[in-house]
Amino acid sequence: MHITSPQFKQNAKAALADEQLQRSLTHVRKNFIDKRAKAAAALPEFEALRDNAAAIKNHVLENLDAYLEIFESNVISNGGKVHWAATAGDARGLILDICRKAGARTVTKGKSMISEEIGLNEFLENAGIEPVETDLGEYIIQLRGESPSHIIAPAVHVNMDQVRDDFRRVHTHLPPDREMSEPESLLKEARGILRDRFIKADVGITGANFLVAETGTTIIVTNEGNGDLTQTLPRVHVVIASIEKIVPTLEDMSQIMRVLARSATGQEMSVYTTLSSGPRRKGDPDGPDEFHVVLLDNGRSDMLGTEFQDMLRCIRCGACMNHCPVYHAIGGHAYGWVYPGPMGSVLTPQFIGVEKGGQLPNASTFCGRCEEVCPMRIPLPKLMRHWREQEFSGHLTPPAQRRNLKAWAWLAKRPKLYHVATRLAARGLWLLGGRNRRTGFLPFAGAWTRHRDMPTPEGSTFLAQWRKHTGAGGNAS
Amino acid sequence: MSQPVKVGLFVTCLVDLFRPTVGFAAVKLLEEAGCEVHVPVSQTCCGQPAWNSGDRDDTADIAKEVIKAFEDFDYVVAPSGSCAGMLSKHYPELFEGVQVWDERSRAFAAKVHELVSFLTDVMGVQSVEARLDATVTYHDSCSGLRELGIRAQPRKLLQSVEGLELKEMNNANVCCGFGGTFAVKYSDISNAIVTEKTGNIDKAEADLLLAGDLGCLLNMAGKLRRSGSKTEVRHVAEVLAGMIDTPPIGGKG
Amino acid sequence: MNREFILEKLGRNLKNSTPGKRESNALERIRNAPGGILPVQPRTATARVAHFIEKAKEAQATVAVCASSGVANAIAEWLRSHNLPKEVRTGQDNRLSALHKAKDSILTVKQGPSDGSDLTGVSHAECGISETGTLALLSGADNPTSLNFLPENHIVVVRRSDILAHYEEIWPRLRKRFGKGKMPRTVNLITGPSRSADIEQTLLLGAHGPVRLHIIVTED
Repeated sequence: MHITSPQFKQNAKAALADEQLQRSLTHVRKNFIDKRAKAAAALPEFEALRDNAAAIKNHVLENLDAYLEIFESNVISNGGKVHWAATAGDARGLILDICRKAGARTVTKGKSMISEEIGLNEFLENAGIEPVETDLGEYIIQLRGESPSHIIAPAVHVNMDQVRDDFRRVHTHLPPDREMSEPESLLKEARGILRDRFIKADVGITGANFLVAETGTTIIVTNEGNGDLTQTLPRVHVVIASIEKIVPTLEDMSQIMRVLARSATGQEMSVYTTLSSGPRRKGDPDGPDEFHVVLLDNGRSDMLGTEFQDMLRCIRCGACMNHCPVYHAIGGHAYGWVYPGPMGSVLTPQFIGVEKGGQLPNASTFCGRCEEVCPMRIPLPKLMRHWREQEFSGHLTPPAQRRNLKAWAWLAKRPKLYHVATRLAARGLWLLGGRNRRTGFLPFAGAWTRHRDMPTPEGSTFLAQWRKHTGAGGNAS
Repeated sequence: MSQPVKVGLFVTCLVDLFRPTVGFAAVKLLEEAGCEVHVPVSQTCCGQPAWNSGDRDDTADIAKEVIKAFEDFDYVVAPSGSCAGMLSKHYPELFEGVQVWDERSRAFAAKVHELVSFLTDVMGVQSVEARLDATVTYHDSCSGLRELGIRAQPRKLLQSVEGLELKEMNNANVCCGFGGTFAVKYSDISNAIVTEKTGNIDKAEADLLLAGDLGCLLNMAGKLRRSGSKTEVRHVAEVLAGMIDTPPIGGKG
Repeated sequence: MNREFILEKLGRNLKNSTPGKRESNALERIRNAPGGILPVQPRTATARVAHFIEKAKEAQATVAVCASSGVANAIAEWLRSHNLPKEVRTGQDNRLSALHKAKDSILTVKQGPSDGSDLTGVSHAECGISETGTLALLSGADNPTSLNFLPENHIVVVRRSDILAHYEEIWPRLRKRFGKGKMPRTVNLITGPSRSADIEQTLLLGAHGPVRLHIIVTED
């Protein structure tokens, strides 16, 4: 995928000026937040479940290699195959091999962010295999040649008129005068078209929300049922999952599942939670003949044992971006790579390098709403701050910013000089503000005054007045 | 009679520079609650700009000075949830595993409180002696709300102000887009967020906007004045202390 | 090669423990399978079934209750009320023998997996979960998985006595039946009919799976 994270500021500016996008984002600002709040309030055990979910994942991470090996041996005893991929390229190659061996011409795909992370679609297309996204949102953006702008609502940036135009453009075999005025008719059209693709596909590729070590089971959580048709109908089912998706037992999975849908869409339970343990058994009338699990590392093992380990608890619910004022303002594409919002601001520098992704963890007000709603209690602002620390110590912070900061810190460590400077500033700004008590222009503060006035001080500092007031230069009143 | 409670007032750099009235309002409220207020005059800033820019070394230098200047008081109080959060939550994080300072910063952090929640939760203040004939709306600043759990306390004390009517705005708990240096580094995004915020403030149709953090107040006041809104802006302590002779932040609406 | 590379790196970064310790930690947790936090649910069976029905309806399923011998009639009636042909496809589940034996005058019953041309599929659930009105279905000749997803209408029969409170109660049942660590090829947890909100966040039923989910709770 083409990376535009280094141009984050320009991306954001364009997003803010995009009226259509801004209209679409109003859905995120309201719907997701209200629904999650309602679902969380309706379950008295919700907070305790969050604690337990985080504890389960912490335990998994501390014993990750052992759980992966147990998972692998159970997949094998279920008749499946496990493939290990250290990098995105390894994963792409392994999947292509499986598809080639199956003689695949088309593959259907359930929604998978890992597939986006490794750029699977483009790769398969170039290899002459047609990937067909079957989640409605993913299907829409595939038609548009776009990437998801949200990890659980990939087409949240698209409005209905655009979907209608795309369907007209692509579904040319359908009568041009067909009814397309309601979302229902668009859904029906997609259902009809994709039904045919499901039945004809040679290979079905899905992601996984959980990998259960105890039983070698992979699990997908969906609402549409596309993931199930993707994995049930073709001859070969390929699961692509990252290594941190492991949970020890079915009980542990159930615990995390309880906080997943509530945090994501505000549902108490998603419509379909599907547990898959290997290929078709003797006597099974349906199901795939082959079952493959591709386990992707792609840099995750580097996060283990570092300050970023907490991020590996993430279950990709999207609550952080649903509650993020920055995401609300600019949408997901401005982040410039696969993962947007607060979780993306932590992950992106890890995956594409802090030189390219460093803007993202800086573009946060640290309002803490993401951490407040994260079902896995990931301290997202803290992790973003860690990236800023790495940038600062690695001298990647913009030089002007670094100079200003250093000058300010130098002053802040010298109280006497600092107080002279603040007294002068209080006086100067007060004069500038005059009777209005504000100014619309301030030297070196154009970024502030371009959009808002600068309220001006009262004329002298508190500490200067306090000294006068108490008649003392001492340390206390 | 027991010894009076000795409080060290951490004024905060923004109050010191922009709004001394808030400092004096804090002193008045603390004294009325029975505290003996001390103001170490060597104080500058809590170090947040450095901390949030990833500059740990400068943050640690500044933090050590703050701790030294304040650790002998019974309590340390700041008229800001953001600075109080820095002192009480982030100093221990900063010094985690650092000899001597780990323990010392945690002992210090345990004494730190934001002004309004200190009055209600520690000093047991139930009401204030103040009067203001106005409708007000209250913005929950992020650090105070999420790091320190400040929500009910300011509302409770505001209800006791004679003549004051509280009108809640939509999304009072959503960020105003200030975020310290964020407002300058990402000014376009910050503007979009504060525009959303001031839209909600305007819809509340209150005479006065209050909050507990001067950074947010400067941001919202700057936007409200630029957009020609009628709502005026003050720090919550000014109203609770009845100190409203100073013109509002950013002047009149 | 990838495998060893990844496992070695993980081991290196998990520096506070030994591989042997980690393996025993993992095996112990799997052996004990702690249950965790279980949301409070109604105590009595009657209240639990009532809660199951309420939750299933909240998830936009419809629910009927009948005797196990009356399943064929209940299905026929539901089909009639939706103007659907009196024809269903189902698997070999013995618990549906009353359905298998139904007279053609009431219902035409076809057996086996769906090829996508069936309008209505009938399955028997392993159990129901009152917490969220969820059904648990197991794959196999008794209940082909394709019946859960291809037909536009899905009718699921569940025994009253199989309605449990929590998801966590499903797993010991499966361990008992299939052996520790063993699972049927597919377990489908189904809560309401298929849906999507991908077009402007408008919730629409019947995305790729069934448009309607009808649950028949049988008294036994």
